[in-house]
Amino acid sequence: MMAPAVILLLGWMLVPLTMTLYFSFKKFLPLRGGDLGWVGFDNYVRFISSSAFWPSVQATLVIVGGVLLITVVLGVMLAILLNQPMWGRGIVRILVIAPFFVMPTVSALVWKNMFMDPVNGLLAHVWRAFGAEPLVWLTEASTQSIILIVSWQWLPFATLILLTAIQSLDREQLEAAEMDGAPPVKRFAFITLPHLSRAITVVVLIQTIFLLSIFAEIFVTTQGAFGTKTLTYLIFQRVLESQNIGLGSAGGVYAIILANIVAIFLMRIVGKNLDA
Amino acid sequence: MFAKYALGAATAISLIAAGSASAETITIATVNNGDMIRMQGLTDDFTEKTGHEVEWVTLEENVLRQRVTTDITTKGGQFDIMTIGMYETPIWGRNGWLLPLDDLPAEYDAEDILPAMRGGLSVDGTLYAAPFYGESSMIMYRTDLMEQAGLEMPDAPAWDFVAEAARAMTDKDAGIYGICLRGKAGWGENMAFLTATANAFGARWFDENWQPQFDQPEWKETLEFYVNLLNDAGPPGASNNGFNENLSLFQQGKCGMWIDATVAASFVTNPDDSTVADKVGFALAPDTGKGKRGNWLWAWALAVPAGTQKADVAKEFIQWATSKDYIELVAEKEGWANVPPGARTSLYENPNYQEVPFARMTLESIQSADPTNPTVDPVPYVGVQFAAIPEFAGIAGQVGQEFAAALAGQQSVDEALAKAQALTADEMEAAGY
Repeated sequence: MMAPAVILLLGWMLVPLTMTLYFSFKKFLPLRGGDLGWVGFDNYVRFISSSAFWPSVQATLVIVGGVLLITVVLGVMLAILLNQPMWGRGIVRILVIAPFFVMPTVSALVWKNMFMDPVNGLLAHVWRAFGAEPLVWLTEASTQSIILIVSWQWLPFATLILLTAIQSLDREQLEAAEMDGAPPVKRFAFITLPHLSRAITVVVLIQTIFLLSIFAEIFVTTQGAFGTKTLTYLIFQRVLESQNIGLGSAGGVYAIILANIVAIFLMRIVGKNLDA
Repeated sequence: MFAKYALGAATAISLIAAGSASAETITIATVNNGDMIRMQGLTDDFTEKTGHEVEWVTLEENVLRQRVTTDITTKGGQFDIMTIGMYETPIWGRNGWLLPLDDLPAEYDAEDILPAMRGGLSVDGTLYAAPFYGESSMIMYRTDLMEQAGLEMPDAPAWDFVAEAARAMTDKDAGIYGICLRGKAGWGENMAFLTATANAFGARWFDENWQPQFDQPEWKETLEFYVNLLNDAGPPGASNNGFNENLSLFQQGKCGMWIDATVAASFVTNPDDSTVADKVGFALAPDTGKGKRGNWLWAWALAVPAGTQKADVAKEFIQWATSKDYIELVAEKEGWANVPPGARTSLYENPNYQEVPFARMTLESIQSADPTNPTVDPVPYVGVQFAAIPEFAGIAGQVGQEFAAALAGQQSVDEALAKAQALTADEMEAAGY
């Protein structure tokens, strides 16, 4: 009885994958007459030997790593904070989660025009209020700016998962540790953090999958300039701006390989937590 | 007996003919510019006149380009009319992807279309897209700041004068920047402006053998001039500013001058949106005395893809939307300042339109741009702020990023030019030039 579902699923995944592989071995230029025949591994060699390739892999990894670091660290802190009994907790929780419902394009536009703009942006006004020369965020700190924007969007997700985990923490255990004289830092390091490790693993794995294909924020803010061209953006440029389907497909295959390397790496390092 | 059959056959034929002439629905892909949105509001007039219905697919400029390009290259057949520009039309027309528009009726008066527009939308003299509106670029400047600086803007200034005036107007502490120019990376953003400016400095993209020219002194002069000028007199973060960012800065009164699309004139002089609406003057884009001005030429035009089943209705729509009657219709409902500009000679001969403050300078700018002969030295390509070859968008996108990085001070002008030369040479070789 499994057959129809399996066939559907295989078709769903295999058809695009096979097409990508097929086109990656062809010289396919839609604006120059379409399919111009087989070229073997030419596209793969050209894609990887282009001066834009390694910087784009580096940019991808830096952005993914940066966002993961910020969202996990701040996520844990926010989760602990939101777990404290306080007045208006329900409203604060909704506010913290709100950025997740903003579309990436919209949030990137808001950040670019309302916060980071060096003339009219809120941050520029703050800088000037302290007598400092406003920072031109998107050129002087372009990668950091994008990490900031993306982190803002993903922090609610991390916080939500971590908050759910922290709510299942046994309060009696913490109280016992407190009565035994364990200081707050030690209570956090030896009880709370180990308890959260599975949730952190889930956050890291799920976010990595989505962050490897980050696109809208870069498209809206820097258009790939100033060293923010990720692998996804490079593929977009090859396929849609240069209209070179073969070259872009080869890039797509590289992206699949990179995603798998990162996934295996993550599974080895942090995935162990999931077995427990 | 024979007559009876003949009559029957004739009736059947006329019924079929009537059936095919009855109401159809056509699908049009268009860009979300103000003039196009206005056209959608007036579509009822077309439906009333012809009985045909229209379905709109309205998209943002970059998305529209990708959608229609994908549709035409894959022969998707989603649209009966596409809104395309001067970059696409010659390439697609040459490939046989568009239906020629040389069979429009006499009352449409195709001869009335401005010659610069007709040239840019034709292949070997055959029109492949009808201009809905056309634009060039020009200087928009603050008359009050110019007066304060003790200078007077001529109708046709030189780049040296513009640079001097920009530096004189700049008062960074007060948040006034002498000149706002496009710096954002992209073939339709900084490269449109820089390619047009390079024409005035005697630079060009390719020589007659399709060799990239970024290693020539003219390009170095262009880029150094531009980077120095924006560093001295431009707004901070200029390398992230495109059309919309500069428009907003100008409307807030933060720019002394802005060189950009002529269609922006109606936005900066509209008191509802602009704080400086009554203090804006217009002048031709600057030159350097080498015979070419740094202004571009563009048209948003309507074209019929070759695969459509409804070519006749599509052409009927194009006739309606780009006709003199349509201009009259908009003028009647929304006023003369809001009619689609830049497409027809007769519009500029109309005394009502001549009273619009930016009408004359728009026309002169359009007339001074020649897409078939855009540079000081001869080139093998068509197009003023682009080269109409399929590879251009991809190459210029990357070159634009190098130039934006030079403007932001992350690399020198020499480094940016060397990288631009190398990557352009690579792409052109791969394309088989």
